[in-house]
Amino acid sequence: MNKFADFIARNQYSHMIILAVLLLVILPLSMDIFRLNLVGKYLTYAFVALGLVLCWGYGGILSLGQGVFFGLGGYCMAMFLKLEASSPENTAIQSTPGIPDFMDWNQLTELPWFWEPFHSFGFTLFAVIAVPAVFAFIIAVAMFKRRVGGVYFAIITQAVAAILTILIIGQQGYTGGVNGITDLRTLHGWDIRTDEAKYILYYINALLLFICLFVAAFVIKSKLGRLLVAMRESEERVRFSGYDVSGFKIFIFCLAAAISAIGGAMFTLQVGFMSPTFVGIVPSIEMVIFCALGGRLSILGAVYGTLLVNWAKTSFSESFPELWLFAMGALFIGVVMAFPNGLAGIYQRYIEPLLLKLSKKDDSPSAPTPAAKDASSDKADNNEETLTSEERKHA
Amino acid sequence: MFAEYSASELTSIFAMQGFAGLILFSVFVLMALGLAIIFGQMGVINMAHGEFMILGAYVTYIISNLFADYLPVIYDSYFFVAMIVAFFVTAALGAFVEWAMIRHLYRRPLDTLLATWGLSLILQQLYRSVFGAREVGVTLPDWLMGSYPVTDLVEVPVNGLFVMGLTIVITVGVALMMQKSRLGKQTRAVVQNRPMAAAVGINTEKVDRMTFALGCGIAGIAGSAFTMIGSTGPTSGQLYIVDTFLVVVFGGASSLLGTVASAFTISQAQSTMEFFLSGSMAKVLTLLFVVGILMLRPQGLFTLKVRH
Repeated sequence: MNKFADFIARNQYSHMIILAVLLLVILPLSMDIFRLNLVGKYLTYAFVALGLVLCWGYGGILSLGQGVFFGLGGYCMAMFLKLEASSPENTAIQSTPGIPDFMDWNQLTELPWFWEPFHSFGFTLFAVIAVPAVFAFIIAVAMFKRRVGGVYFAIITQAVAAILTILIIGQQGYTGGVNGITDLRTLHGWDIRTDEAKYILYYINALLLFICLFVAAFVIKSKLGRLLVAMRESEERVRFSGYDVSGFKIFIFCLAAAISAIGGAMFTLQVGFMSPTFVGIVPSIEMVIFCALGGRLSILGAVYGTLLVNWAKTSFSESFPELWLFAMGALFIGVVMAFPNGLAGIYQRYIEPLLLKLSKKDDSPSAPTPAAKDASSDKADNNEETLTSEERKHA
Repeated sequence: MFAEYSASELTSIFAMQGFAGLILFSVFVLMALGLAIIFGQMGVINMAHGEFMILGAYVTYIISNLFADYLPVIYDSYFFVAMIVAFFVTAALGAFVEWAMIRHLYRRPLDTLLATWGLSLILQQLYRSVFGAREVGVTLPDWLMGSYPVTDLVEVPVNGLFVMGLTIVITVGVALMMQKSRLGKQTRAVVQNRPMAAAVGINTEKVDRMTFALGCGIAGIAGSAFTMIGSTGPTSGQLYIVDTFLVVVFGGASSLLGTVASAFTISQAQSTMEFFLSGSMAKVLTLLFVVGILMLRPQGLFTLKVRH
């Protein structure tokens, strides 16, 4: 037990390994495929929460429109799957065979031009990342180059989410309207609705999530990550130190958008449809609470926060649907007022010291005493503070 | 798109849509006034503002029912009583929320946004539990029914005229209060320089609470007026919140004149386009237009010059 506590408290990869064991071994073994598919769906939201950790937790940029990028990624994937599902043989009864059914219902007689490239799977994979990233880039350049930030940025992203939702719902013939793009069947002839496919997709999803977690961890540890924190704390100082603040903000916002979009594409594959209910303001803000509950500075917290909120949502809405909104509201208020650092903050404050205590009972001489550890962490803090000036010398 | 209409028809269409736009304008102004005071003066984002408005609407609904049951003789005048009660009920809730929640979060504006969103979820569910999920409406008194013909093609509804008049009165009242009254002067002093305001003896915490309560109270009046032109449901407030935030930001957050001007622009643009395009496209174009302008001019139309 002590060894185990020691491992958790001191090994820097231990938390990642525990999450991996949980997601890749424990959950698949202990759940039937229906529940596991549900977990897979939740994990796609974790991509968005992870993006928010990067841009909100570290960059200080609160976006209330992350659903936009999740949705764009999901729609790109859904368009490819829909085109495959509406081959001329499958849609022979329509007045125009070979186009998606909702287009036929809306009296469209040929495929709109922007649907054409989605016949190609390679292009779709590219578009899943590129479309949301470019869209994020346009918003970010327009906003950050003019030094719009904080609350204004949050409101504008909200407006963007509103615009896109209204547009998707309004342009029924091109987008499937309020129902979204439904009835998706196969990926290159591979039926995605079977149990076997769901298992495979779950694992692909989990692996992609880990790749994104590693990318995020890498970004946070890099010089860029430190600059982001510095900018969050005092943007002016970083700017006066000679850095192009807007460039870093644009990058991290685009990265967050791309990560969210991967989640969206995996959502479409696992759930089998995409609809505007995942694009709008309400889902976008809900995704912020996943991140806030897990801890806005913790990439693993984002995953746990997402799983926890969604698990609670599912079990609440099954038994007491009317209580769910109360619980959700209380969660928003409680996390913000009482635990601004979320679950990760609680873990670091209460559980980690306990684990360290447990592991210290081993009393291996190599383990640093608490005093030494405090001193070394102080030193690390100092290092972090002086880092910007050092980096400037290097630059 | 204008080709199939004659010139006189076009004039009438613009007049009618312009009038419809004016009603939308009134709702925007009434909602945005409260928001502009809270956001512009205090820098606090109140995502539950729509729910405060709906609270005002529900209070009006209750009072109209009470009048119908117990005082049918003076039913015609229920609205004025309802409006005053709505103001005080929402202001009291606002003061409570400020005390319990907002005052702890002044240094973290992004967090107020999330916390008030949580509040809005709770209020929505509360309304749903108390009043049911279905929309409720009030019976208009006789003198607000009907419409007033201006020309044979153009007719204006009386309730719309009344709401507009109310909007003008309240806007002027708020503007006067911010400029002349003690609370208004204190609020502006606190906005411009909090430590100095405190140093000359202004109780800044009390001013914060009063300002927040006032902003919420105006939302209550807005809700009261809202019952004249539409029915009220638990989620009606959420429909307007994004538009209202855009109105406030577009107008320049700390300027009441800017708020009125931007509410006018946005509502007129939307209702005029609504006639020629579908409602959803009109809304998309309006929002795009506003976001586009904000990208070019992030500080909004009108700005208050303050040294920071």
